[in-house]
Amino acid sequence: MTSAFVIEQILNGVQFGVMLFLMAAGLTLVFGVMGLINLAHGSLYMIGAFVCAWVSGWIGSFWIGLVAGLLAAAAVGALMEILVIRRLYQRDHLDQVLATFAMILIFSEGTRWLFGDQPLWLDIPQLLSGAVDLPFGVSYPLYRLAIILVGVALAIGLYMLITKTRLGMQIRAGESDREMIGALGINIATLYTVVFALGAALAGVAGSFVGALQSVQVGMGEPVLILAFVVIVIGGIGSIEGALVASVLVGLVDTLGRVFLPQFFALFMEPSAATSVGSALSSTSIYILMAIVLIWKPKGLFAAHD
Amino acid sequence: MTDTLNRETIVNISLAFLLLAAPMLALALDEPFYISLATKVAILSLAGVGLNLALGYGGMISFGHAAFFGVGGYVAGISAHHMFEGSDFLGLFAATDQLLLIWPMAIILCGGLAILIGLFSLRTTGVYFIMITLAFAQMIYYLGISIPTYGGEDGLPIYVRNQLPVVSSDDPLTFFLVCYALLMGGIFLSSRIIGSRFGAALQTARMNEVRLATVGIAPFPVKLTGFVLSAMITGLAGALFAELNGFVGPSMLSWHRSGEIMIFVILGGVGRLYGPLAGAALFILLEFFIGGFTDRWQFFLGLILLGVVLFAKGGLMGLIAGRARHD
Repeated sequence: MTSAFVIEQILNGVQFGVMLFLMAAGLTLVFGVMGLINLAHGSLYMIGAFVCAWVSGWIGSFWIGLVAGLLAAAAVGALMEILVIRRLYQRDHLDQVLATFAMILIFSEGTRWLFGDQPLWLDIPQLLSGAVDLPFGVSYPLYRLAIILVGVALAIGLYMLITKTRLGMQIRAGESDREMIGALGINIATLYTVVFALGAALAGVAGSFVGALQSVQVGMGEPVLILAFVVIVIGGIGSIEGALVASVLVGLVDTLGRVFLPQFFALFMEPSAATSVGSALSSTSIYILMAIVLIWKPKGLFAAHD
Repeated sequence: MTDTLNRETIVNISLAFLLLAAPMLALALDEPFYISLATKVAILSLAGVGLNLALGYGGMISFGHAAFFGVGGYVAGISAHHMFEGSDFLGLFAATDQLLLIWPMAIILCGGLAILIGLFSLRTTGVYFIMITLAFAQMIYYLGISIPTYGGEDGLPIYVRNQLPVVSSDDPLTFFLVCYALLMGGIFLSSRIIGSRFGAALQTARMNEVRLATVGIAPFPVKLTGFVLSAMITGLAGALFAELNGFVGPSMLSWHRSGEIMIFVILGGVGRLYGPLAGAALFILLEFFIGGFTDRWQFFLGLILLGVVLFAKGGLMGLIAGRARHD
């Protein structure tokens, strides 16, 4: 095992974590500001991926596909908020769970209806194909490196948006006291739609980027959704910084566990047993991580408020 | 108030009667498939009755009840597996095919597991509780996948259904009646638990833990007991489900299953005795009948579920039987 291999795996973990962050950021914003559990967030990710793959295949440009995926997810998100979600803010969390579960069914089947049963494939754009040479003799795919950079840029952008702009100020105010900002003359309904669409757009971007790494198919959103929930719970619900730290943590633990645990067990077990125990334990690793964090800090690492 | 009380009782009796009548009618019409559909409704309702105790009455939104459902199923599956092979469990215990032994084993094992999970999980509340129960269930799911002796990812077939004394569990109608009796037993048990002093404490723990503590009852043991009882009922349902399908696999442990059981409870009406039965029956019937008309059944099922949430507060029971007595 060379250091180059280890560095490559660490980069893979960070890349996975950054993608998770794009999902988790929207989820945690929507929960923090509107108090809504949105199970259909994974569907927005799927919609982003499908529109990106379809438009890229049609026009022949990944970049136009990416923009289309972003816009489509944001538009569907805004529409979903206006038609359904805003009726759920005053409801029980359980009603929100059932309603957004119903929307998963509608979106999944609707997507299959529109795009067919076959998975779509999305090619890595020409500009980003190939590998780059990094220090320590690491050769790393340019596309994955670009994902890390874009994700970090978006994270910084989101942080600036929330801490430095007027909209961000309204979002933070909405988190602490929604009635008060309404009384101060901010249109809460519009603010909520914007926040929801923003979260949806981030999910759409994540879906578009991941679409080139795996096949684009119905049901791709749910595993990511569960992981994104794991992330926001570890980070502390409503906290963007928490989501960033937790998503990189989860990305690293998952990726490194998958690679190194089977090898670790192979040191003292026979190969087939080591593979099965190692892979089972590595799939469990992030859940063990979450359980430990919650037992230690029942409100997550960066508990924002009660 | 007495009026709505009566209305709920009437709805409850009708639901119980309809479920009992369905397989009889199926038998009369010579459509044996519907017997197994009704059995599925009864079993999944029982799983929901278990979850409802924690979720509806105790306010503990568990997203990990598939762990108990699946472990119950695996107890039945592993017994049948050893019986079929003529081997011992871990070389220690002789295999059995007696359901009257298997069921208590499933119930006790799920209870023990729930004590363990509950001890850690109940330190958290709200969404954190939802996610930590999911985490534990996922650990068990991957444990199920990683044991090759018991089928690993492929699961474990039950070639010969486990046996009951006197009656034949292989006969579909008999098996339905057994499941139905256990469902009614589960609902009866729930109603006795809810009506007891313990039940009052459990419901107070949901509404206001401080108030419960003020009258001198520590909330934690009350909630833990509620969680364990809930897990035991769901575990029994899992054992029945494995027998019905003649198969147990990791899918019984997956989070989809937890979600499904939760959907039954919410759809039927949270904290209503017959809510899980109403929810499971509607869900399974819609799935089956819309599935008969179109491949796109999920789309329409989604629309109907969405309609129920938006327009019927308190789920189906809220819609047909009016608001819950007092909350």
